[in-house]
Amino acid sequence: MTLSGALEVASCTDPGMVRSHNEDSIASDGDQGLVVLADGMGGYNAGEVASGMATTVIITELQQLLVKRLPYEIDAHSGQLVAHQLLHEQIAKANTSIYQAAQSQPQYAGMGTTLVVALFYDNKMTVAHIGDSRLYRLRGGELRQVTKDHSLLQEQIDSGVITPQQARQSQNKNLVTRALGIDPIVEAEIHDYDTKPEDIYLLCSDGLCDMVSDDDIGLALQTLSSNLKLCAQHLVQTANDNGGRDNISVILVRVLRDYPAPRSIVGKMMSWFK
Amino acid sequence: MAKLILSMDNLVLKEIALTKERTTIGRKPHNDIQIDNLAVSGEHAVIVTILQDSFLEDLGSTNGTVVNGQPIKKHFLQNSDIIELGKYKLKYVNETVAGQAKAADFEKTMVLRPSSVRAATSSAAPAAAAAAPVAAPVAAAAAAAAGAKNFGDTVAGQSATAPPVAPPKPAPTPQKNAALQLLSGANAGKELDITKPLTTLGKPGVQVAVITRRPQGFFITHVEGASFPVVNGKTLDAQAHSLNDHDVIELAGVKMEFFLKT
Repeated sequence: MTLSGALEVASCTDPGMVRSHNEDSIASDGDQGLVVLADGMGGYNAGEVASGMATTVIITELQQLLVKRLPYEIDAHSGQLVAHQLLHEQIAKANTSIYQAAQSQPQYAGMGTTLVVALFYDNKMTVAHIGDSRLYRLRGGELRQVTKDHSLLQEQIDSGVITPQQARQSQNKNLVTRALGIDPIVEAEIHDYDTKPEDIYLLCSDGLCDMVSDDDIGLALQTLSSNLKLCAQHLVQTANDNGGRDNISVILVRVLRDYPAPRSIVGKMMSWFK
Repeated sequence: MAKLILSMDNLVLKEIALTKERTTIGRKPHNDIQIDNLAVSGEHAVIVTILQDSFLEDLGSTNGTVVNGQPIKKHFLQNSDIIELGKYKLKYVNETVAGQAKAADFEKTMVLRPSSVRAATSSAAPAAAAAAPVAAPVAAAAAAAAGAKNFGDTVAGQSATAPPVAPPKPAPTPQKNAALQLLSGANAGKELDITKPLTTLGKPGVQVAVITRRPQGFFITHVEGASFPVVNGKTLDAQAHSLNDHDVIELAGVKMEFFLKT
């Protein structure tokens, strides 16, 4: 299955103004409708190793699997949507790889990574995320945060301890409550969303959203939507102009046209009788 | 670690480190910060500290709690806030902002275990929450983090407190404002103020450029279209170009002058 010509993808990643390493990792395959972003953590270069493992495992495995499996179908055994099943399995696989490396190699002890993956198919996308890397959507001039962070701050906001405005002042920004590769088992949050032509999706690490306000992100996506590459570079540059305290990564996906699943008549008949 | 400086009539009386999860303030002797003055209620206020953040809450005191001149019920404390209780003043100091700004490695993302999160969030919400059972895990978390710092920043996988993070400093915005004056076309003579971080020029689908306002000044960049903008008679490439006062821009057949405003 290919979505050739349905999506435009641009990305940019930068170590920022303070850090010497870039522990973020990004990967994308526009034709397969697949984008992955990870923000690693852990001493020395272990963060890079963890985020690199996460993006590599997920993108290469899914690229192969998507040749044979159709994400919009229902798996006969599990009754799950294939997209969900594939994401669950590959995230579990990436988790195991990172966890085992961290257990077996002392220099990687304690490494982990956040993750946000979007898989586009059949005028829809499935988003899986773990930690505080985010996915935003710009539709009709309005920017909306789609994912909800797995972080201490988000839990404090949810329980009413602090307001989202106060959260921007908080000193507890860097605490995630879920990460890939820390425990033997991790649960990703997975949801489906309908997409429309002209939508723009932004995947980013916290190095962007901690440094650049949602208003400025929305303005950039709206103003520079005709040049996604420039838009991605501009977002990174703005984060750096504001101090660039962390690694900054962005992936932008623009929906150019509808991309309904190519269902055959036979397939439709089959689903009719199920 | 954040602390409070207690003073009266500009005379410093005491410094109190906010090491506990709940620090109580009041007239009665069982308070962590006892202020023996009739204007202060028996149980006047409490400061709840969650890792690096501290929240002040008035416990229904008779004379109220004032922060920076404003009466408050609940307040998220920021460095240098002044808490007033009658004649007494408590200054909130969170040194981590200034002192540790350089130690960028200490602010890396870390994982917090669910158990300590629950402790941190649940205990902070209502004033009535019992302090004792949750104080222990938080203190343990603090100890774990303190130990971990010696090994670098790898604290994921243990319960840990945050290392200090300075809030992002706002970038110095350019002192000057700028504007464009159209020199040709139907709207010749008109002026356009550049106030937003991004201002687009041109016709969508034909030729568009953007002027970005950055701390270093103003820049023009080509966005879309087959032809590139011309500045002072020179055609630009895809790179951003720094704009100087009185530069003349040609774009989609229209000439305009860029100038800085004082």
